[in-house]
Amino acid sequence: MVTTTSDPSETARVGEQLAAELTPGTVLAIQGDLGAGKTCFVQGLARGLGFRGAVTSPTFTLIHEYRGGRLPLYHIDLYRLTDPQQAVAIGVEEYFDAGGVTVIEWPERIASLLPAHTRWVEIAITGPTTRQLTIR
Amino acid sequence: MIVLGIETSCDETAAAVVRHGREVLANIVSSQLDLHRAFGGVVPDLASRQHLQRIEPVIQQALETAGVSWDRIEAVAATYGPGLASSLLVGWNVGRGLALTLGVPFVAINHLQAHLYSPLIEHGDKALPMIGLVVSGGHTVLAEVAGIGDHRVLGQTRDDAAGEAFDKVARLLGLRYPGGPEIERHATSGNPHAVEFPRGLAHDDSLDFSFSGLKTAVRYWLEKNPIKTEAQRADICASFQEAVVDVLVSKTIRAAEQRGIRQVSISGGVSQNRRLRQRMAEECAARKWRLLTVPAALCTDNAAMIAALADRYLNSATHRVSDHAVEPSACLT
Repeated sequence: MVTTTSDPSETARVGEQLAAELTPGTVLAIQGDLGAGKTCFVQGLARGLGFRGAVTSPTFTLIHEYRGGRLPLYHIDLYRLTDPQQAVAIGVEEYFDAGGVTVIEWPERIASLLPAHTRWVEIAITGPTTRQLTIR
Repeated sequence: MIVLGIETSCDETAAAVVRHGREVLANIVSSQLDLHRAFGGVVPDLASRQHLQRIEPVIQQALETAGVSWDRIEAVAATYGPGLASSLLVGWNVGRGLALTLGVPFVAINHLQAHLYSPLIEHGDKALPMIGLVVSGGHTVLAEVAGIGDHRVLGQTRDDAAGEAFDKVARLLGLRYPGGPEIERHATSGNPHAVEFPRGLAHDDSLDFSFSGLKTAVRYWLEKNPIKTEAQRADICASFQEAVVDVLVSKTIRAAEQRGIRQVSISGGVSQNRRLRQRMAEECAARKWRLLTVPAALCTDNAAMIAALADRYLNSATHRVSDHAVEPSACLT
């Protein structure tokens, strides 16, 4: 599926809509440059799952867990990591079958560790606020 | 009272010994990043195991540095969250086990509360009441602290933490990691008003922050105006830093004005930024308010702040200490 959005709120809305189809054990790999709107998309996803609190970037803290929605949401950001073993070290794989939705930013860092059923979301920057989202 | 503190919420394995919540007798931080270098770049198999390997020597070193024997430890405190589940579990379990063995209270501490109350280590009770800004790589929170355990969140970031914005913009500028100190260094010779980058949520009624749009604005600016000289790089660093500092300062001052509180504190790693300290000091001085800062060793993740807050809680008539279970997504509550 390919969608074009014209501002961050629309990008979030695509995430919100996608949330309806997600089942326990879903792994979403989100790709996009700095500033593409990855965290924004995850904020929409969390809202779509029914989570009502603040959803912030886990770049430094590596993993944020959000509970209280239809499914737990595990938001992982591998930006700071340089080696797949570090991802293993912080327990990334343990989230894949923990019964929630796992979202991974900068997934290319651990491509070899991702399960086969991983869904990929690519956010391409097409203009100052416009984005093209490809979900497969 | 002498308290042993343990902190393992993310990268650092840390232990500290603090007396009366004020005297830091030992403050040991064994950064896992250093450990990676020490091992010649060999990456550990499990971060939690890394904490497990380091925690005993780090605690031993804390006791030795403090010159305190086990029988003088009157309480043990450890972080329960927020942080990485696997890492938190190590410190929490070791702390609880030690407390049981020693027959002393175990106090589980919220990492964000520890940062928020860290100005009390140096400034004592006269730091209260205060408006506290906790600003680091992972967190940006504004809170009012009326008394020990009596605090409430006034605002927080809606996307990126301030320190994260520094690091990501540093990367856009091709600067080294960690980016905060690098941007600060380049900014000293730059013009903070060369480019007026957006001030996220500046005119919003809330006391929340947003730094994601700023990061994107810098990205676009650089695409349209590629940096050709060091002077241009300095100007971008200074202008970006000014945008972050502007919002941090204006919202903090606004919070204090709204709440009628004449003391402001800044803590957490980013509170070391000199431009932030300078601007906050100027705004406070203009209003004859007091600005409380925290020494560098207590700004980054450390266990002294954990031990110090546990002491405060144990000695508070109103606050009940708890052995709160590990909670990776704990908020500042």
